[in-house]
Amino acid sequence: MINSELFSILLAFVSAITAGLIGSFALMKRMTLAGDAVSHIALPGIGIALLMHLNPLLGGATALLIGTLLIWNLEQKTNLATETAVGVIFSASLAIGALVTPSAELEEALFGNFQALSLHNFLIHLLLAVVIIGFLIRYRHQLILALFSPDLARTAGVRIKWLNLFYLLAFSGTVILGLQFLGALLMGSLIIIPAAVSRQLTHQLKSFLTMSVLVSIVSVGLGFITSSYYGWQLGPTVVTIAAAIFVLSLLKKKK
Amino acid sequence: MEHLLSVSNLSVSFDDETVLEDINFELKAGENLAIVGPNGAGKTVLLKALLGMLRYKGEIDWAPNIRVGYIPQKIDAEKHLPLNLRNLLEAKAQILKEPALAIQHVIKAAEISKSFLETPIGHLSGGQFQRALIALALLGQPQVLILDEPTASIDERGEEQVYNLLHRLQDEYGVSLILVSHDLSVVYQYATHVLCINRTKVCLGPPHEALTPETLEKLYGARQKFFHTLHQHDK
Repeated sequence: MINSELFSILLAFVSAITAGLIGSFALMKRMTLAGDAVSHIALPGIGIALLMHLNPLLGGATALLIGTLLIWNLEQKTNLATETAVGVIFSASLAIGALVTPSAELEEALFGNFQALSLHNFLIHLLLAVVIIGFLIRYRHQLILALFSPDLARTAGVRIKWLNLFYLLAFSGTVILGLQFLGALLMGSLIIIPAAVSRQLTHQLKSFLTMSVLVSIVSVGLGFITSSYYGWQLGPTVVTIAAAIFVLSLLKKKK
Repeated sequence: MEHLLSVSNLSVSFDDETVLEDINFELKAGENLAIVGPNGAGKTVLLKALLGMLRYKGEIDWAPNIRVGYIPQKIDAEKHLPLNLRNLLEAKAQILKEPALAIQHVIKAAEISKSFLETPIGHLSGGQFQRALIALALLGQPQVLILDEPTASIDERGEEQVYNLLHRLQDEYGVSLILVSHDLSVVYQYATHVLCINRTKVCLGPPHEALTPETLEKLYGARQKFFHTLHQHDK
């Protein structure tokens, strides 16, 4: 089978686009913290899969699916304890993941590793990205009305419960896209930071979405250039650059 | 007159606590019902039950295929959302599969200017925000508008604008209102009927008949004479 770094690079950019979009909605839905935390649950899945000599990505994806259902369930009980529970469960999953993941692979699972990708793997990830972006485009109206007011959306016939589930699945799907090159710890950051930057810069929905995607792409692009020039690890470089752009964006005063 | 809504023996409980008991009333086309009662009387709960957002016992019978618009008391939406009224109207119109023309119609009915449409919702004044919610509720041509304290957090000028708008909607579009209000002067001015509740029904009828001093005493207790000042504090 052909393994190519080109596939990995393409996938990194496709992930960046998806992350920018899903992150914009995460920020508007005020779930940036829970969203960041949910990516951590991939770690124990990766660890267990490695121990059992299974595909670590599959393990991560399974753990994410379980985590998504858990968060979805907790979300329906809106109280303060929910947020605390999310915090505890997902920090704990990081700790458990660190314990079960063989130490040789731990760093890679946490921070990602850039490596050549098979065509087969690339196509599966690409399909996932297309499904996620398609969902966001198809359901953007429902998502927007629901994040403004769930009650209003309900009276317009939006089924909030299912919409939330699909959104969370799309979020976890986005984490899966980035697991290989950014790792369980950093993919959450690529989802959140570009949206946060974009929010600093604009009040308009369209430019907010566009800019979030652009910042994500630029972070990944500059990450590739910088990391290969200095021989740094790709994942941490990408997130550091995104964070630096965020700091710069703070300098701009909103109109 | 066309029957819009009839409610009988309505009760709502959360866990073991009964928050509404044995509520009965009707709404016919052209009527406007005000719901009054002290804080914690179950007014918002009643509206949510009418909208099917809560579990309840008893009967809530809406006319078949009725179209209802809802204007919530408070929107928790963060003020920093990068959304304006145009985005929200477009989103709702798409969900309801209303044509783009419907948006123009609503903008006109609610007297929304172009710059108002493009202003981020976090930058709207209290009165504007309320008008934006009304415009949003008007999409889908509702026969009934359900409003929960439409002027709870806005200044007097904004309040006047909101009520003028509601008045016009009643006159020009024949919309019926179900309205929770703290303000008895609003009730006298806008409602054809008033329902007083304090967990259960205390009075029902045209405002001048139903809101007797005895009823108000029963509804608000000794606090009633301070009611006006309390209301000012609420703002």
